[in-house]
Amino acid sequence: MDLNLTDEQHEVVSAVRSFLADRCPTDVVRASEPDGYDAVLWSAFCELAGPTIGVPEKLGGGGASLLDLELVCEQIGSVLAPVPFVEAAVACRALAASGDPGTRALDRLLAEPATVATFAPRRAAGGTATLLPFGPVARVAVAMDGDELVVVDGDADGAVRANLGSSSLADRDLRGAGRTVLADGDIARAGFGLALDEWRTLTSGALVGLGGAALDIGVEYAKNRVQFGAPIGSYQSIARDLADAATLVDGARLLAREAAWARTEDEEQFAPLASMAFGFATRAARRAANVALHVHGGYGFTLEYDIQLYYRRAQAWPLRLGDPRRGAAELADALFGPVEAR
Amino acid sequence: MDFRLGPKSDAFRAEVRDFLDEHLDDETIERAHRTGTNHDQEFHRAIGRQGWLAATWPAEYGGQERDPFEMTALRDELRLAGAPTDGMGLSVIVCQTIRRVATEEQKADFLPRALAGEICMSLGYSEPDSGSDVASIKTTAVRDGDEWVINGQKMFTTLAHVADYVFLLARTNHDVPKHKGLTMFLVPLDSPGIEIHPVHTVGGERTNATFYTDVRVSDHYRIGEVDRGWDVMTVALTFERGGFGLSEADRVWEQAVAWAESTRRPDGTRVIDDPYVRERLAVMRTNNEVARLLAYRTSFVAATGGMPGVEGSMHKLFYAESMTADAAELVDMLGAEGVLQRGDGEAPVDGWVEHLFRHAAVTTIYGGTSEMQRSIIAERGLGLPRSGR
Repeated sequence: MDLNLTDEQHEVVSAVRSFLADRCPTDVVRASEPDGYDAVLWSAFCELAGPTIGVPEKLGGGGASLLDLELVCEQIGSVLAPVPFVEAAVACRALAASGDPGTRALDRLLAEPATVATFAPRRAAGGTATLLPFGPVARVAVAMDGDELVVVDGDADGAVRANLGSSSLADRDLRGAGRTVLADGDIARAGFGLALDEWRTLTSGALVGLGGAALDIGVEYAKNRVQFGAPIGSYQSIARDLADAATLVDGARLLAREAAWARTEDEEQFAPLASMAFGFATRAARRAANVALHVHGGYGFTLEYDIQLYYRRAQAWPLRLGDPRRGAAELADALFGPVEAR
Repeated sequence: MDFRLGPKSDAFRAEVRDFLDEHLDDETIERAHRTGTNHDQEFHRAIGRQGWLAATWPAEYGGQERDPFEMTALRDELRLAGAPTDGMGLSVIVCQTIRRVATEEQKADFLPRALAGEICMSLGYSEPDSGSDVASIKTTAVRDGDEWVINGQKMFTTLAHVADYVFLLARTNHDVPKHKGLTMFLVPLDSPGIEIHPVHTVGGERTNATFYTDVRVSDHYRIGEVDRGWDVMTVALTFERGGFGLSEADRVWEQAVAWAESTRRPDGTRVIDDPYVRERLAVMRTNNEVARLLAYRTSFVAATGGMPGVEGSMHKLFYAESMTADAAELVDMLGAEGVLQRGDGEAPVDGWVEHLFRHAAVTTIYGGTSEMQRSIIAERGLGLPRSGR
C-alpha cells in the first residue's frame, strides 16, 4: 500500500496549484459569474495542463491516468476555477476510446487544446442535451442520445441558464449539423457508462477540493473571530462541527483517489467505487461548506465573504448529474445487480 | 499510489483464514455471544501459539516482525470471522506497554506467558466518577515496605472475571497536580481483597465493576516509575487507537446482503429488490469503504514511520459514528421483524443486525469517546485553539 503521490504527480499538482493561486483568486471566480466560464483562464490553463493530457500517448495525448486527472481536479475544485477541465477531459477520453468516428473531433482538440469540449453526464431527452455543463461555450460535446453515443462539433449555441452554482449551463441540440455517431446499442451504453464513471470520479475530485478549501476558510475564520473574549474555534460546538467535516473530507479524498486508481488497477471495482466516491464527496463537500458558512455567523450569509461561493457550488455541482439519492440507487445496481424483472 | 495492502499481507491473510477454519468453530462464536464474554481462553492460546500476539514484535522477543499492513490483514480476518478477540486486544496493549516501560525482570516474568496466550490481561483505568477524565481517579496505592496497598473501585474492567491480571492505575501522590501523582500496577486478579461484580450491557457484552480492599502487591508489580503512571498510560493508549481495519459493520453488511439476496417476501419479490433496502445497503457500503480507507491510512502512516494520532482519531470517530447510524438504518430496513433477536428462528439476518444496533453504541464511547476524538482532530489536526473543555 502506498498513499503517497509519485514525484511526477507531486510536480504536476504543485505546478497546477501555484498557477491557480496566481491566476484564479476568488475575484476571478466572482468576475466569471453568472456565466461560469473564463476563456482567458482556460486558455492559459490549457498551456499548462490541457484536457488532452488524459488521452493515450499513442493517439497524441499526454498519457495521464485517471488518477493524475483526479489530482488536477482537486486543485481546480479548491479554487472553484471556472474552467471545463472535468467535462473536457472526459470528452477527450471518450473520443479516444471510440476509434475512427471520434478521430476528427479528437484531432481538433489535440491541435487546439483550448477548444472547449464537454460531456453530458445526463442522457439527452428528445435530441437535446438539457442543462449541459459548459453548453454555452462548448464547440465539441459528447452525449448519449437515445441508443447512440454521439459527438457534435459546431458553434456553441444556447443561452446561459441562471442557476444556483453560477455554472455554465445551456441546452444543446444534438441532432443538427456536425453530429457524428460514435457508437450505438450495447457498445454505446458501455462507452457512456465508462465515461460517466470517469466523470463521477473527476467531479468527486473537484468536490473534495471544494470541501477542503471551504473547511480551511471556516477554520481560519474560527481561529480569528473573537466573541465572549475567546476565539470561537475554542468553543466545542464550533470545533466539533469542523472536526466532523474534516473527517468527511479526508475520507472523501481517499475514496476519490481510490476510485481513480481502480480505473486501471482494479477495473472490476471501478464502477461501484466511482459511484461511492461521487456520493460521499457530495456529502463531504456540502457538509464542509455548510459548516464553514455557518461559523461565519451573519457574515457568512453576505455576498462579500467568499464562503458563499463554495456553499452554492457544493450544492449545485453534484446536480449536474441529478438527484444524489438516485445515485444511491445506481450504486445499488452496481453492487447488487439490477432489480429482478417481475 | 497503491490501494492494495500488498502480496505479503495477502499471503498472511490466507494463512489467517486457514488458521480460523481450523481453530474457530461456530460453537465458540455462539458461546461468546451468549455469555457476553468476548474471549475464549483456548482460542486465545491457539493465537498465542501461532505467535500472533507478538506478530509485530522484534525477533529478540520471539516476535515475527510483521508490518502494519500484515496486522491489518490479521485484524480484518478476525473481525470478518466474528472471532472473540477482546483478550487479544487487551493483552497486546498491556504487553506493548510493558515492553517499553518495564524492567528486564518484569518483562521476563510477564511477557513470555502473555505472548504465548497462557495468561490474559484486563484494563483498570475507569472508575465510577472518572471516565474520559482518567487523571481524576481516586483508587489509591500506598507504599508499605516492599509492598503496595491498593484500595478503591474500578469500573468497566472488561474480562476481569476471566483474566489473570488487571493493568491498574492508582493514585500514589495527593500533593501534586492530578496527572503527576499516578502510578501503574499489574495486579494479579487472584490477590486477596479483590471482588469482581458483573455488569451487563445493552450490547449483551459482560463487563465488570472491580473492588479492591487492602490488596497487597509487591513492588515487582509496579510498572514504570512511581508517579509516572500517566506517561505509562499514554503509551498504552497509543496502541489502543492505532492499527485498525475492517469492523463489525463489514461483517454484518455482508450477512445482511446475503440474507436480502436469498430471501423472498410473501409476494415473491426478493428483499434486495426493495428500493428502501438496496439504497440503505449501498449507503452503508460506502461508509464502510470510507472507514476502511481511514483505517488503512493509519496503518500506512505507521508503516512509513509516523505516529497516526489525528488519522487514528478520524478513523475511530468515523467508524463508530457511521456504524451506529447505519445499524439503526438496518434495523429499520428489516421492518417489524427487525426487533427479533438471535435465538428466534424467524429473526432476519439471524439477529445479527439487531445485535449490531445494541453493540454499536459502545464503540462511540470506549477507547476514547467521539468527543475526545473530535477534540484531538480540532486541536492537533486543524490547529484550533485548545477548548476550555
